[in-house]
Amino acid sequence: MTIAAPRHVELDYTGSERLTMNMGPQHPSAHGVFRAILQLEGETVVGVDAVIGYLHRCHEKLAETLTYAQYPSIASKTDYVAAMTSEFAYVRAAEMIGKIEVPKRAQYLRVIAAELQRVASHLLWLGTWCLDMGGALGGGATIFLYCIREREMILDLFESLVGARLLYGFYQVGGVRYDLPAGWVDTCRQTVDVIDTRIDEYQRMLEDNPFFQVRTQGVGVISRELAQEVGIAGPLLRGSGVAFDIRRGEPYSSYEDFEFRVPVETSGDCFGRYKVRMAEFRESLTIVRQALDRLPDGPISSRPGLKSVAQTRIPKGEAYARVEGARGEVGCYLIADGSAKPYRMKWRGASFSNLAILPHIIPGHKVADVVAIMGSVDPVFGEVDR
Amino acid sequence: MTADQARVLIAERFSGAQVDGAAPVVVSVARDAWLDLARFAKETLGCRFFSFLSAVDWKDEGLEVVCKVDNLDAGLSLLLKTRLGPGVSACPSLVPVYAGANWMERECYDMFGIAFEGHPDLRRILLGDDWVGHPLLKSYAVDTPYPPYR
Repeated sequence: MTIAAPRHVELDYTGSERLTMNMGPQHPSAHGVFRAILQLEGETVVGVDAVIGYLHRCHEKLAETLTYAQYPSIASKTDYVAAMTSEFAYVRAAEMIGKIEVPKRAQYLRVIAAELQRVASHLLWLGTWCLDMGGALGGGATIFLYCIREREMILDLFESLVGARLLYGFYQVGGVRYDLPAGWVDTCRQTVDVIDTRIDEYQRMLEDNPFFQVRTQGVGVISRELAQEVGIAGPLLRGSGVAFDIRRGEPYSSYEDFEFRVPVETSGDCFGRYKVRMAEFRESLTIVRQALDRLPDGPISSRPGLKSVAQTRIPKGEAYARVEGARGEVGCYLIADGSAKPYRMKWRGASFSNLAILPHIIPGHKVADVVAIMGSVDPVFGEVDR
Repeated sequence: MTADQARVLIAERFSGAQVDGAAPVVVSVARDAWLDLARFAKETLGCRFFSFLSAVDWKDEGLEVVCKVDNLDAGLSLLLKTRLGPGVSACPSLVPVYAGANWMERECYDMFGIAFEGHPDLRRILLGDDWVGHPLLKSYAVDTPYPPYR
């Protein structure tokens, strides 16, 4: 069975005409610059054309002009909400080609940063999504401000670790750039404990709320088959009943050392994706706790400190490295030619693939549901457009 | 379905295919077999997850289209490749097999100018409709001006 064509719904519509409505590119619910051209019959969407590319900077061409030492800090500008993840994918691809060992301590630090980043990213998603869906949810902006408050604690941790709050440049080929400052581990433990209790609070606020249930349950259903064929990943894929997590399926950076669950929901709707992310909060916090408990001593990089930007040379070869980001499979397909710069680099942005599901699931829903569905996909347009 | 089994099945079905590697299994075929290979990967090898599709410009040797698909249940990854040959920029579209190829092929057309035959809606996706050229070709200089900007 092929499901290649985007859906087009025919209604017994007796109105005089079909309306074309433009949504975006500056629409408050788009979380960035995204334009949807909706075909409406009354209040119901029957067709959608997604227009993207407003944030395109051609990262792939840029990567061909920058060295392996320079690019990781630019990589963070693809997905700026989860900047650690994209750096991770890039350095991992270079390490796979060059067969470069990463010291155990650096691997653990990478895991801690990646998991805290996932929590920060999910917090921003939850806050903005609930804000989009409006005043019925605990007073509109309440949950948004709660989430931003908690995300701020994680950004403070990153700031004391790296010096930057949003775009880090923490990962580098062979290890990480900074070791933990004094007292960081204790602060991190406290933060993790606080956030753990707050997640209960969010769940109580939302799940008892009949408005929230009506707006998310049965809305934007993605079937297991369609999910795989379009290539959506991460919480969306797991919300459609596919138990696949790269951290479990092909462990990297010592993820095999940690115990965690891979939450799966079978409903495939907005509520299912919400449930998966809420469970992932806790799993990420568990991983951070385990990594802090067992953090080994030793060097944080297997390579000497950088004296020039062209110092890192990667032998001829190619590799595809993927990591489990907050939005799913973030992949970097890298071809090295033996010089200090890659010959070709392809980003598989998780948000790009996830967004491609919209033309398949939006038709048949009301305009108001478009906002709920788009938010549940959690696109970051820096990563869509790259 | 293990990587070894997949390699044997591919070699049986596609006599001209070059197969090596284990994770992922890298399969190179001629352009004529591209669509058949994708269909075989999905239906026989169970690779229903579409990861990405892109291209590489090998300068004088021409363009190469690369596509990655996975069988998530069995942990099998396939990296499919086909060389289009010097001066050729047309390739069969995978949209009839994988819905996810739609946007990926549009991006690939945008960046490399590859015309995907059988694509239902082949137009630029990231760049504006009035853009001149295809930026990821090696012949496209990074500092190519784009009036009125540069």
